[in-house]
Amino acid sequence: MSAPLLDIANLRVSFPTPNGRVDVVKGLSLTLGRERLGIVGESGSGKSMTGRAILRLIRPPGRQAADRMIFDGIDLQAQGERAMRRLRGARISMIMQDPKFSLNPVMTVGAQIAEALRVHERLPRRDLRARVTEMLEAVRIHDPERVARMYPHEVSGGMGQRVMIAMMLIPRPDLLIADEPTSALDVSVQAQVLDLIDELVRNNGMGLILISHDLGLVARYCDRILVMNAGEVVESCAASELQNASHPYTRGLIAAVPRMEETRDELPVLDRSEWSGT
Amino acid sequence: MGATLGSGSIRMRRLGRGAGALGGFVVVTALTFLGLLAITFFIGRVVPIDPVLAVVGDRASQAQYDTARAAMGLDRPLAVQFLSYVGEVLRGDLGHSITTNRPVADDLARVFPATLELATLGILIGVVLGVPMGVWAAARQGSWIDQAIRVFALLGYSIPAFWLGLVGLAIFYAGLGWVAGPGRVDIYYDGLVPVHTGLLLVDSAIAGNWTVFFNALDHLALPATILGFFSLAYIARMTRSFMLDQLGQEYITTARVKGVPEWRVIWVHAFKPIRVPLITVIGLSYAGLLEGSVMIETVFSWPGIGNYLTQALLNADMSAVLGATLVIGSVFILINKLSDVLYRVLDPRSRQ
Repeated sequence: MSAPLLDIANLRVSFPTPNGRVDVVKGLSLTLGRERLGIVGESGSGKSMTGRAILRLIRPPGRQAADRMIFDGIDLQAQGERAMRRLRGARISMIMQDPKFSLNPVMTVGAQIAEALRVHERLPRRDLRARVTEMLEAVRIHDPERVARMYPHEVSGGMGQRVMIAMMLIPRPDLLIADEPTSALDVSVQAQVLDLIDELVRNNGMGLILISHDLGLVARYCDRILVMNAGEVVESCAASELQNASHPYTRGLIAAVPRMEETRDELPVLDRSEWSGT
Repeated sequence: MGATLGSGSIRMRRLGRGAGALGGFVVVTALTFLGLLAITFFIGRVVPIDPVLAVVGDRASQAQYDTARAAMGLDRPLAVQFLSYVGEVLRGDLGHSITTNRPVADDLARVFPATLELATLGILIGVVLGVPMGVWAAARQGSWIDQAIRVFALLGYSIPAFWLGLVGLAIFYAGLGWVAGPGRVDIYYDGLVPVHTGLLLVDSAIAGNWTVFFNALDHLALPATILGFFSLAYIARMTRSFMLDQLGQEYITTARVKGVPEWRVIWVHAFKPIRVPLITVIGLSYAGLLEGSVMIETVFSWPGIGNYLTQALLNADMSAVLGATLVIGSVFILINKLSDVLYRVLDPRSRQ
């Protein structure tokens, strides 16, 4: 097997609080090829911070450190800010959660997409425009030239998220991190957006890290799954093996998923005493 | 083809909206101005100063008093009086000042440009230095630069204007001789250039008289810097807090994820959205300066509107007070309307 696309060993992210520094990611390790990895966990489990740490975007006073963080042969921890900037977007990109907040309100959609490409490649204006149009078509936006001139408040949530996908994929990165890409969207468009991400990732042979709190969704779209709880990976398995998960937290999560054929009065509550050790 | 047509129609619609907005703008401005006139008129009636007495003196007989009252039109119904007041104002007749014994309109045409010149220079200093300082402080939040800028801005908040004016004069004029003293120009240059705008810098430039130009600039330097320092303090503080607000937004992270260089993250992604609230802050500061800083104008013997208004108030010169109030009110209306227009230009969300 060739060298993995991403190899992380013992990643830690911490933030200061009035009661001292708190680790929000406590020694996460993962290796990723050109495959689809899902990271699941509840709010505050450190999954989003893991995504940001890969891009080295933990802002002070937050801190990150790892024994090893290698992307495609590049030691991410040894890169300066300038070198990191060349990697961000161009080789590792991230789809943010809510297009309502993650698109700049005073720049047109087209300008924001074009910028993602422009900071990495010098292109004549005409080519730049053509690439933006082509990318908008790739994310199934009709009348891309008109949409490119619109402002974020003029597009719907689903369309906003497709714009976000276009923006993050236009420099053709090798690794895409999708941080809760559909949790701000209507259920009716969630599947469309995920199918789109899935298709683009497969066609371009990219690696994908899908961060979500939705176990079912991750199981459907990913090859492998990491389950995180309180900053630690508690379970790592193939998506197809999820039913055989051994850790009590994972079992608890699975048990909490309602099923079509059953009738339950109450969903089971996670019994945290089983693994928290106190 | 379809796409070009579509873009044309969007542009047409935006243009149509622009024309409609302009019409609405004119109507709203006119109504606001009418409101302002109503207020000044009302103030003129309720202040415990009898304009008839001020003319005839307190030893006039009742018959003389009544004749004067009728001659001044004060025996007519209030609504009629208001209408004739509006008419007079629109014709540029603001009454006669009993202090200067000249038409108030002429007085204002003389004193307002003096304040305008000072305030404009002051706000320029405040914006040119204050905005970058605020942005810089926010970009380096918590660093010593941030602390230094915050202390500097706090000084601008807490130092009294007259003290700074006096100390400034003592040091830079009397001590070091770097700047000229009080007044708009040295006395022997006064009235040398023909008046076009009342702004000495502009008038002397038109006349090509650069000696007067640089002398006027010399006189402006210290008071404008002091006023600039006060508006800088406010503008820098507000800019800093607006920027900090922006830098915490998700789209800033998005920009960083894209690999956008930090200067561009700050000056494009974070700064563009704050231009709108910043315009309000700058507009209000400017309007505040145009009201005429009485302290600064007094210390620097500046023949501006602040000084004029104060003198008028002390002499119970109601026509002058109302005239000056009207000018200041109009300036506020104008600046507010101007910022509204700029909003529309700068914020796509307000172009509904």
